[in-house]
Amino acid sequence: MLETLFTGITGGQITEAMFRSIGRLLFGFIIASTLGLFLGYLIWRFKIVDETLGFLVVALQSIPSIVWLPLAIVWFGLGETAILFVVTIGATWTMTMNTTSGFKNVPTLYQRVAKTFGSSGFHLLRTVIIPASVPQIISGMRLAWAFSWRALMAGELLGAGGGLGHLLETGRSLGQMDLVISVMIIIAIIGTIIDNVVFTKLDRSIQKKWGLSS
Amino acid sequence: MYLTLKGVEKSFQHNTNDKLKVLDDISFDIEKGQFVSIVGPSGCGKSTLLYLISGLDKATKGKIEVAGEPVNNPGPDRVVVFQEDGLFPWATVLDNVMYGLLLKKTPKKEAEQKAKEMLKLVHLSNYAGAYPHQLSGGMKHRVSIARALVMDPDILLMDEPFAALDEQTRMTLHHELLEIWRRTKVTVLFVTHNIREAVLLSQKVIVMGTRPGKIKTAFTVQTTQDGVTPDSITLDLEQKILAALEEEMEKVLREELGDDYSFKTGSVHRDSSGDMGSGI
Ligand SMILES: Nc1ncnc2c1ncn2[C@@H]1O[C@H](COP(=O)(O)OP(=O)(O)OP(=O)(O)O)[C@@H](O)[C@H]1O
Ligand SMILES: [Mg+2]
Repeated sequence: MLETLFTGITGGQITEAMFRSIGRLLFGFIIASTLGLFLGYLIWRFKIVDETLGFLVVALQSIPSIVWLPLAIVWFGLGETAILFVVTIGATWTMTMNTTSGFKNVPTLYQRVAKTFGSSGFHLLRTVIIPASVPQIISGMRLAWAFSWRALMAGELLGAGGGLGHLLETGRSLGQMDLVISVMIIIAIIGTIIDNVVFTKLDRSIQKKWGLSS
Repeated sequence: MYLTLKGVEKSFQHNTNDKLKVLDDISFDIEKGQFVSIVGPSGCGKSTLLYLISGLDKATKGKIEVAGEPVNNPGPDRVVVFQEDGLFPWATVLDNVMYGLLLKKTPKKEAEQKAKEMLKLVHLSNYAGAYPHQLSGGMKHRVSIARALVMDPDILLMDEPFAALDEQTRMTLHHELLEIWRRTKVTVLFVTHNIREAVLLSQKVIVMGTRPGKIKTAFTVQTTQDGVTPDSITLDLEQKILAALEEEMEKVLREELGDDYSFKTGSVHRDSSGDMGSGI
């Protein structure tokens, strides 16, 4: 099995699938984060959006991402777009929710301080609202990536078009248990690296800078 | 007259129909460069009054003018020092102090220089690169005062800025504040609960009454203040202010404890009747 893992990585089969998956993940994650930030802003800024979309997002957010796949297939056909859609959509709602609550919880005091210095509008958003929400935005991104990652694997497993999930399915159909396990190991490693290295570090540096932990 | 309030009234919407009148018919004048304190019972609307003058909030009725211009919005000419320090935890001490300057479009180099000078003045030069959480409470307050003063405002609105500090730090800050005030000739409106602080620092003390908040009396202070040592004149004035305040406090207590009081007598009554029952 180690041999399969090794040749798979060097021979390019696993490596190629890996890059493909990570590319999709990045794409979905970046779109979801940007979209989530933007929607979160709209919900925070406009009461009417809060009362309509804000309410809807809470409901949408409770839908597991993969549930969107049938709909995505109907809309886009079983292919790249459908998978990217599924990867993006679930994470978007989580990101929106976290951004909204981050923005809404910015202490009035900070806003008042900024306003007495003459800040308003976009400047206030850029220099106070967003920085003050950074801890929550990061935890939103952490959740968003986890959502994307899980949705991606499920999507690739069911859909076509390469990637680690698809390789897993290939391994199963060929009866190659060593390939299946090798891919699982790779999946675990990628997940651990992103979660523990990237986000934990980011989180810790913020916590330290803000003095939230010692 | 520099800062003028004429018949200022402020009401807050409580329920849909219910309005709470917090300030009623507040009128006073403050000259440029004066140091004026405001004392009054808790909840009489002192903070609300400062917010109105700063432009963070709007008066329901009446006029607020600075140098003949009506106040409509918050602006860097009227800076507030809030009771809590309100420093931005994501920015360094220097960045916190520079915040307002950069907003005023001061060139970055100049802003940095001014901010550093101001930090020196409050004895925090060595902490320019520190984050707020690395400072003590007193240090944070000094930063927030520096952040306000560096703006070179026309009016400095201070809302119990020293309330959370220990006696030593407070005295040091009294000294520093007076020194800065004498140098810059900034007009100061200083809200406090501490009568001694009010008398020692200011040239005029406004005493507010409550429910709704209005001006009860005003006293002029006639000593040369060094800001820390009380003398016979200030002690005498303290007594006068205290007497004026006590009347108001009593009013508050009577209103606030009214229900409590009858509740207590009620329970005593029940107890005693129980005792009587067991006795029989
Ligand atoms: N945004 C608001 N909405 C409704 N009521 C308010 C609001 N802000 C203040 N009040 C009420 O106005 C009154 C005065 O409040 P304010 O904070 O000005 O008092 P204060 O004199 O500063 O008291 P303290 O000395 O305790 O700080 C209080 O009864 C308070 O409940
Ligand atoms: Mg107050």
